[in-house]
Amino acid sequence: MMRDAADTVTPGFQVDDPVALQQGFGQLLKQNRLAMIGLAVFVVFFCIALLGLGLTSGRNPTFDPSVVRLQEKLRPPLSKPNLETLSTEDVPRLGVYLFGTDDLGRDVFARMLQGAWVSLTVGFVAVGISVFIGIFMGGIAGYFGQRHTFIDTLIMRFVDIMLCFPSFFLILTVVALLPASMYNIMIIIGLTSWMGTTRFVRAEFLSLREQDFVTAARALGVSNFRIIFRHMIPNAIAPVLVSATIGIASAILTEAGLSFLGFGVPPPHATWGGILSDGKRFIFDAPWLTFAPGFAILIVVLSFNLFGEGLRDILNPKLRERQG
Amino acid sequence: MDNGKDILLSVQDLKVYFHLNQRLAQAVDGVSYEVRKGETVCLVGESGCGKTVSALTTLGLIPQPPGEIAGGQVLFKGQNLLDLGDDEMQKIRGNHIAMVFQEPMTSLNPVFTVGDQVQEAIMVHEKVSKTELRQRSVQLLEDVGLPAPEERLADYPHQLSGGQRQRVMIAMALACNPEVVIADEPTTALDVTIQAQILNLFGELQRERDLSLLYITHDLGVVANIADRIYIMYAGIIVEQGSAPEIFHDPRHPYTQGLLASLPNRAKRGARLHSIPGTVPDPAYKPGGCPFHPRCNLAIETCQSRFPEMCDYGNGHQSRCPVLYDGNG
Amino acid sequence: MRFVHSTTRPSRKREDTVLSFIGRSVIQKTITLFFVSIVSFLIIHLAPGEPSQVDPLNPKFTPEMVERFRKEFHLDEPLHIQYTYFYRDLLTGKTVSWKDNQSVLGKIWERFLNSLPLFIVGTIITWTLSFPVGIRSAIFRGGLYDRNATFFSYLLISIPGFFFAYILIIFVVTQFHVPVIGLKTFGIGDAAWPRLFMDRVWHLLLPSILGATGGIAILSRYVRSQMLEVEGQDYVRTARAKGVPEEQVHYKHALRNALLPFVTMFGLILPGLIGGSVIIESIFSWPGMGRMAFEAILARDYPVILTVNFISAVLVLAGTFVSDLLYLVVDPRIRL
Repeated sequence: MMRDAADTVTPGFQVDDPVALQQGFGQLLKQNRLAMIGLAVFVVFFCIALLGLGLTSGRNPTFDPSVVRLQEKLRPPLSKPNLETLSTEDVPRLGVYLFGTDDLGRDVFARMLQGAWVSLTVGFVAVGISVFIGIFMGGIAGYFGQRHTFIDTLIMRFVDIMLCFPSFFLILTVVALLPASMYNIMIIIGLTSWMGTTRFVRAEFLSLREQDFVTAARALGVSNFRIIFRHMIPNAIAPVLVSATIGIASAILTEAGLSFLGFGVPPPHATWGGILSDGKRFIFDAPWLTFAPGFAILIVVLSFNLFGEGLRDILNPKLRERQG
Repeated sequence: MDNGKDILLSVQDLKVYFHLNQRLAQAVDGVSYEVRKGETVCLVGESGCGKTVSALTTLGLIPQPPGEIAGGQVLFKGQNLLDLGDDEMQKIRGNHIAMVFQEPMTSLNPVFTVGDQVQEAIMVHEKVSKTELRQRSVQLLEDVGLPAPEERLADYPHQLSGGQRQRVMIAMALACNPEVVIADEPTTALDVTIQAQILNLFGELQRERDLSLLYITHDLGVVANIADRIYIMYAGIIVEQGSAPEIFHDPRHPYTQGLLASLPNRAKRGARLHSIPGTVPDPAYKPGGCPFHPRCNLAIETCQSRFPEMCDYGNGHQSRCPVLYDGNG
Repeated sequence: MRFVHSTTRPSRKREDTVLSFIGRSVIQKTITLFFVSIVSFLIIHLAPGEPSQVDPLNPKFTPEMVERFRKEFHLDEPLHIQYTYFYRDLLTGKTVSWKDNQSVLGKIWERFLNSLPLFIVGTIITWTLSFPVGIRSAIFRGGLYDRNATFFSYLLISIPGFFFAYILIIFVVTQFHVPVIGLKTFGIGDAAWPRLFMDRVWHLLLPSILGATGGIAILSRYVRSQMLEVEGQDYVRTARAKGVPEEQVHYKHALRNALLPFVTMFGLILPGLIGGSVIIESIFSWPGMGRMAFEAILARDYPVILTVNFISAVLVLAGTFVSDLLYLVVDPRIRL
């Protein structure tokens, strides 16, 4: 709208002005309340997951997620343990079952702590793998594709082929065929979700290739390798960041779905999807077994989605001037 | 000439601001101009000086937010348009004041035929029968010089050239015989040969229909043939105004002088073309004092601090340059 | 294919180019499908373990049985021979399940008919809700309605389907006291038809709504962004300048343009036909495609897994083909 006004009232705020971008970035993030909340929740989640790893692992963990207390099963949240029937080392550290206990009398709070780390690592590692493959394949297709059309065609056809698979079904099939382990899940989610990144890294590279600073670098005899890593990837990274953030959200959801179906990280290790799955038989008697992990997944995934969308708004110069 | 009764459209001390990323862009900062019956008024300035914004405000087409009309009046036949509600404003748009835009390529809706769009312009303001609707739209297309107007009705915009599309835009603007037509750089996006045709078309239509035309452009050269009066705009304010001969032959503002000097046909053969150093300031970061002083070769110290008042040269010729005024006594 | 905007008038040439576009497209998609069949075959067969080892403790699986099983399904042949056997059977419709020796296509068809109502109701809910919400959000951009709609769509995208399913089940069961698991209430037998009908509706409703949630969230956001994009166009300003009333500016000038990309999305619905949702169908014990696929995975019933995969790849490719064709039909500006 109003080409005349819009073009001229916001100069000095284009993407190729890195100082303005950085200055504006923090400010814009502060303005975008939802994104800020998303970032805050993400940071809290990160700390809890790290803390959870420390407190629930080792020989004698502070919060032991695997202690079975059959006499204390299905206790509601915030209920006090019955000290007479428990041996001292089985008493929950907080003196109370914060999130209740499950059908084996295990402390749901401790299990949630342990599960946080699974969700976090699966999200980050899976997306790390897919981003790496995406940048690699997209970069090759976009940078060398013009001269060697063969490479470009090969990679893009491969993307087409991969997109033909129904993704959750494919992941489920492979996870079911392979031995159950957290690493398999991460790798498989990563290997089946790189296509989007590849497509837009390629598109980004194709347009960056034509820009003057790349031509100039090439004219100076800078090597292809250096051009790609020093000049092009930093310029293409913004949209990758956005899709990675949202990718983490969907990877966490996928892992939870797999755990729910019983193909997750093998027991006795707790995962949020697994706790929910175990609790589904008791939804009317012990709803906390559904709500505690359910809300945890919801909040974490929501925070990643909000932060990712916020990033997209901030990094998209066209939208930026509309925000006002 | 100064008969107030003839004034159709009068913009008085209009201020339009934009709130962008916590900055305030004062796109139009106290602009006044008027358009009399049957006259062609040109609003001239570089892109970004606020001329389009002031025109869009006249029709209530500034989106709010981010825009804000911070002050002033837009009087049409004595009625302040800024006070009108949406429904009343709709009856003005297209019916009494019509507008032709800069980009003919994108200003027509791609999914409707030319006929649909011209007829719609009539239909929203008048109740007419289908046959009359058709007759009138064919007549309109003929008036704006579109060949084979009957067949054009069924065409989609993408089947027409840029010049033809702009003719359709003009036909739509004329659909309800408006008193005032605002043309916002209507030839800028067109080829040079087509530009001349469209400009001539405006001239003809204006004479035949006794239109009041507010012609907005960045090109002082274009307006020489059609303008009765000229307003020169810079950074959201009017810096000089007067009749066309006075502006062309006796410019009293360094900016106007610079614009005239940079016209190719005025320069001596073989001489270097003049250009004004620097660029139009960002409306969010305007220099203090006279907004033109950083680019002005006549600037003195007071120009940096004192906002220039209008200096009257008589006969409606006014300029915002005290330096030149004092020099001439 | 490559779309080029051009200002020439349509001519008979257009028909030729459309035909050659169809031809090229079909060839390209067939090649893609061929590779999909190879990749899915390799994934299944290179994974460790074999279907014949599926249940070593089962007394029926004597070594002789396993040997006969391997022979019967050509598992002792090299991979490329197995591949040709499998896809020859698939294309002639003779594939049988390893689990119960039933025809795979017959099984899929039966389950497909069960999933179809879920798909139809879900799609209707998605499309009828997304458009009004997205359009309203765009028109009142930044307002209370828009901000709420935005937040709710993020919420719907982020909520795990199984968690939402249980929330709804708890809600419906405690508030309305109707059972919702399965196709119909067990043992309802020969009740009066209004009761049978309402029973069916209740059972259909929850899984359909759940299937639609993600779609509603994504589609309404997409409608909103399309609408916003179009509302910023010059021709919308032109319509306003003509004095067109505000509702007509939105619903006639803007909406008609914003709808264009959605026509093409009709093609992209196709893959959903076979997808079904594994998770939702298992929660509701709905005997549909998703659950059949899930059971096939559990039983390592390779023919079923591969057939489902193949059909869904066909639907994905057919979907993109249909959407390209639709775009060609609806947008007068596109030439090949």
